[in-house]
Amino acid sequence: MSQCDGCAAATTTVVESPGKRGAAAGSTRVAVIGPPNSGKTTLFNRITGLRQKVANFPGVTVEQHTGLAVLPDGREAWIIDLPGVYSLTPRSEDEQIALDVLTGQRGDTPQPQAVLLVLDSTNLARHLMLAAPILALGIPTLIVLNMADDLRKRGGRLDLAALADQLGAPAALISARQGEGLDQVYKFLAGTKPKPAPKELPVLQDVPKCRAWAGRVGHEARYRAPAPPEWTRRLDRLFLHPVAGVLIFAAVVVAVFQTIFNYVAPLMDAVKWTFAVSGNWVASVLPESLFRSLLIDGVWKGVGSVIVFLPQVLMLFLFIGILEDSGYLARAALIADRTMARVGLQGKSFIPLLSAYACAVPAIMSTRTIENKRDRIATILIAPFMTCSARFPVYTLIVLAFVPNRPVLGAFLSTQTVAMLGLYVLGFVVAVLTARALKSSVLRSGRTPFLLEMPSYRWPTLQSLGLRLLDRAGVFLRRAGTVILLVTVILWISAHVPFVDGKPPAIGNSIAGTIGRTIEPIIKPLGFNWKIGIGLITSFAARETIIATLGAIYGMDSPDPQSLDLQKALHQDLAPGGAVALLIFFAFAMQCISTIAVVRRETAGWKWPLLQFTYMSVLAYAGAFAAYHILR
Amino acid sequence: MPLDNYFRPHHTETMLQPSSNNGQPEPLGTLLDLRRGDAAILDRIDLPGEDARRLMELGFLPGTPITAGLSAPGGDPRVFQVDGSEIALRRETARGVKVRLHHPPRHP
Repeated sequence: MSQCDGCAAATTTVVESPGKRGAAAGSTRVAVIGPPNSGKTTLFNRITGLRQKVANFPGVTVEQHTGLAVLPDGREAWIIDLPGVYSLTPRSEDEQIALDVLTGQRGDTPQPQAVLLVLDSTNLARHLMLAAPILALGIPTLIVLNMADDLRKRGGRLDLAALADQLGAPAALISARQGEGLDQVYKFLAGTKPKPAPKELPVLQDVPKCRAWAGRVGHEARYRAPAPPEWTRRLDRLFLHPVAGVLIFAAVVVAVFQTIFNYVAPLMDAVKWTFAVSGNWVASVLPESLFRSLLIDGVWKGVGSVIVFLPQVLMLFLFIGILEDSGYLARAALIADRTMARVGLQGKSFIPLLSAYACAVPAIMSTRTIENKRDRIATILIAPFMTCSARFPVYTLIVLAFVPNRPVLGAFLSTQTVAMLGLYVLGFVVAVLTARALKSSVLRSGRTPFLLEMPSYRWPTLQSLGLRLLDRAGVFLRRAGTVILLVTVILWISAHVPFVDGKPPAIGNSIAGTIGRTIEPIIKPLGFNWKIGIGLITSFAARETIIATLGAIYGMDSPDPQSLDLQKALHQDLAPGGAVALLIFFAFAMQCISTIAVVRRETAGWKWPLLQFTYMSVLAYAGAFAAYHILR
Repeated sequence: MPLDNYFRPHHTETMLQPSSNNGQPEPLGTLLDLRRGDAAILDRIDLPGEDARRLMELGFLPGTPITAGLSAPGGDPRVFQVDGSEIALRRETARGVKVRLHHPPRHP
């Protein structure tokens, strides 16, 4: 094998690397890379199991999944799952990260000493194109040909030894789903790992030459492509049928919506109950003190009000996991694409936006399935306009208090139902208009074409679904335990100081009350008094908190939206125009610390959450102002 | 065979090879002219360099056979079978992919 200057230089950097950083880790560092849909993550899950952690690469929106693999001889290997890429030409953030990690150019991630290159053996010729740039790096590489079971079943075959010979690197034919052939992967991880010595490599920048090279290698390895996936073709004739396909799509949408909205309610009640009971127990054990109040009313209730959404988060990700792993999500995106394109978005934005009706937090977390960064950010920015379940109790309270219950269409519709529906439509319309404005200005993505690969249908595995849920639950709970905890404590303190005669003041005289009075001139034009002002401030922890706050101001113990006393008290404090203004304010404002925190995490910076918060606040203020003045 | 210039950028014009008609003129159309089940040979990609490269990495290379598959309701986007995979393209992208048709376009 003859070498050029460029790759000789690349090779030298590899040789010196197992030094300092490797000694610190004390184990081999191995990267898993492969094209999308090659089963790369399935292999990663197989060999690392529960010993995984997920973080963001600093400064970018790409998630970093790392895990430990325990080798048969007891040693450990540190595995990093790189994003799925078709090439190493750095155009997207994903490809940049993959290239930088593999060449050791990221300070936060030491360069791997070996690579597991995962390719789909049922589509080997095309997938081999990625082997060229990977082998050119000079890092010891195992060519992992995945989906061996599919290849066999559909009558494909290849000569593994001949392939390894051509590529100058060991090769393994495995099925990560079935756990077949993993011993070869472990053998490679535990072994000496020679540097690759391919017989020939193409010019990497020339895609047709790379493809021709891949074809030659496949030919030398006597690769026979398998028959087309018969079941996938059959299922697609159903799922992409002009009539049946649309009906199935609608059924899936309704099922997702129903489940996260209605059927999870008992689970959420159970979580709520657990927090209430455990809170009461702790309260009964501790002596009466300010600390007890902070713990119970601040921490317990505050964190509890966020964790109550955990069942919704888990259920949504279970659904998305099944849809994505089975291959249906790509078809759903295809069906929804035309509609979403009208507002400048794409098919993959559909499921996150639907989920946002339950809660914007998991919805924003689920935008990771959208590869196009601009589409993803646009989806994140409009998701909080969808009427989430935290707005529901607030809407209920105000609508019950201010809208007289009269029939509109016989027994089917009442004025109150119409008002509620109107609020849902309002959020949706503003989301659509915002998406259009964004996509025709700052987030215009005119040039990036919409390319969607349709993977073959497969049964989702329990392990993959389970790990996915665990992963998302971890991300969600970590935030509840940090940002949300901090904010609830701050809010509690602001409602309990300064002391009067050694005791916490009435809420109207507390710091929160003072702030409420201070902002009264600002919110007066919206028809709100200082009491509503305090409610608005506390509702930034979570929207429905305003109910508890108003209850506390009016001196009630456990207020709920159905409470007649609370409705009456509110009716005295708020003019009808002010009530409409308050509804509109809640429809538009981003009063949710959790959402701000998740947007910051997912967009890797403060720019987008700040822009979003400002935009939504301005819109909320202007909308409420207009409503109050028109209806006064 | 020598390994040349791994990480040095190459010019992209080599990728957009013109069709080699060899005196047997076949009618040239775009992917939009294909109905479900129709097959054609890719001739060239009339799209900006980056987009063309993305398509090529997915198997849309000059000389490759392409078969039109199913589509979303309304016909857009449509799935194309190419190089062992099924890739969905929107109309605006499919329009930029020029193909040599085995049969003249059926649309009026």
